[in-house]
Amino acid sequence: MVVAQVSSPEVADAGVRFLAEVGAKTAGVSRLEMCIQCGSCGGSCPSADAMDHTPRRLFALMRAGERDEVLHSNTPWMCLSCYHCVVRCPQDILITDVMYALKVIAEEEHTYPNNVGPDFAGVFIGQARRFGRSWEMGLTARHYLRHYILRLPRMTPMALGLLRHGRIGILPHQIHQKKQLQAILRRADELERAR
Amino acid sequence: MTNYLYYPGCSMEGSGRSYRESLEGICEPLGITFEEIDDWNCCGATEYVSLSTTPAYAMIARNLAIAAGERKGTEPLVAACSACYLNLAKTDHYMGQQPALNARVNDALGAGGLHYDPGTIKVRHLLEVILNDVGLDRVKAAVKKPLTGLKVAPYLGCMVPRPDVDGAYTNHEQPNDLDRLLRALGADVVDYPLKTECCGGHMTQVAPKVGLELIRRLVAEAERREAVMMVTVCPMCQINIDAYQGEMNAMFHTHYKMPIVFFTQLMAVAFGLEPGKAGVGREYTNAKKTLVAALKAAPELALAAAGAAPAHKPRPDKRALPMPRMTDSEVEE
Repeated sequence: MVVAQVSSPEVADAGVRFLAEVGAKTAGVSRLEMCIQCGSCGGSCPSADAMDHTPRRLFALMRAGERDEVLHSNTPWMCLSCYHCVVRCPQDILITDVMYALKVIAEEEHTYPNNVGPDFAGVFIGQARRFGRSWEMGLTARHYLRHYILRLPRMTPMALGLLRHGRIGILPHQIHQKKQLQAILRRADELERAR
Repeated sequence: MTNYLYYPGCSMEGSGRSYRESLEGICEPLGITFEEIDDWNCCGATEYVSLSTTPAYAMIARNLAIAAGERKGTEPLVAACSACYLNLAKTDHYMGQQPALNARVNDALGAGGLHYDPGTIKVRHLLEVILNDVGLDRVKAAVKKPLTGLKVAPYLGCMVPRPDVDGAYTNHEQPNDLDRLLRALGADVVDYPLKTECCGGHMTQVAPKVGLELIRRLVAEAERREAVMMVTVCPMCQINIDAYQGEMNAMFHTHYKMPIVFFTQLMAVAFGLEPGKAGVGREYTNAKKTLVAALKAAPELALAAAGAAPAHKPRPDKRALPMPRMTDSEVEE
């Protein structure tokens, strides 16, 4: 199916454009266009069976210009950041960072398959921006109340155990130069929007 | 005393507190000091890079800029948390690789009066520093209570050996770094082929079924290899395997009780610190009993091992196929 579509010039153009778009969003040099479809990534991936497309197939879809399908895929959200595929990839593609880039685009266009991952990241970072440090207690409490109310009965004794062992604080730690950090991040937001 | 700049990371003040406590206990015997960089901020874990690129890297780079400003000589910046280490190392690496990213990050840093030139600071992980700078001879010399007979599974996790942006690791999947260190403490290190498999990271929070299955594999394999505890270098791995083991057991109808501690905790204990002072006992799946029992049995085991050393190498089983064997020196290397 994919082979037949790629043969048309419009589809090939769409594929090239999408590869370039994702490449530009990737933090390092993605080398995405070097993929030889060997499948080492999918074969190495510990969470591949939870993905609707393996990384290899996702890269084939990208090449075929299937932007919508790729951005709605759960594959980037199931990526564990374990870098098994990255060290095994014969073409040195920065697969993990490509997955991050796809998540960033999906965040901007609200195409993520469900909001648990984006919401967790959003709350984590919202607190880190505000305090300069992550706040485990605030993050987990809010996250479980919102998304995993049924896990709470089991989580509550765990949280109490962590509290008793002095492993989780009720209040957040904060840095001194919060204003400086926030000024840096506001400027970074502007630069990111202007890209 | 060799001095290093040190980036603790948020976990070290919270869920990974025992990592920090035990790290304080091993500095003096190893002849190293860590100087915490001033007013460091969260590295964003794997969350910020999934939300927005420039702010994520600017947030990490603020720490690099602070470290560069505080440096007196050429000392590297050391992180103990795997995710913090990788974020710092990757930011330095990618800013050097991508001029556009470098320009944007430095533009943002400028809004806070900071600047960072990629390549200024070498970011290193604690384990690698102990192995390569301090060396195993010094570690062995500091051991007062060898952990003889303590069967441990060395669990390195993902982000220290991979992606290895600075090329510190020759083996990304089965490195024996942690094995060698634990063996230097006298511990009985079991062969643990899942040593760099993933604990699931934030999956316990965003896709619990996926995360808990990964935890099950790791714990089941450690148990199958007859380890009495797992040993890790990462606060994320520690809390996943420690605190979510109960939920994992409930999901799979299993009854594992596998403690997991930081490698620095075992070092501190072997160097003579009381287990409690090394943060042992803060685990959700308690490691203290196992460790204390092992310490009590250790002198006898050591004596027995010394007395019962075979005069000749044991003959291979006649029924066995001829297999390549690792000589002792290869195992050590």
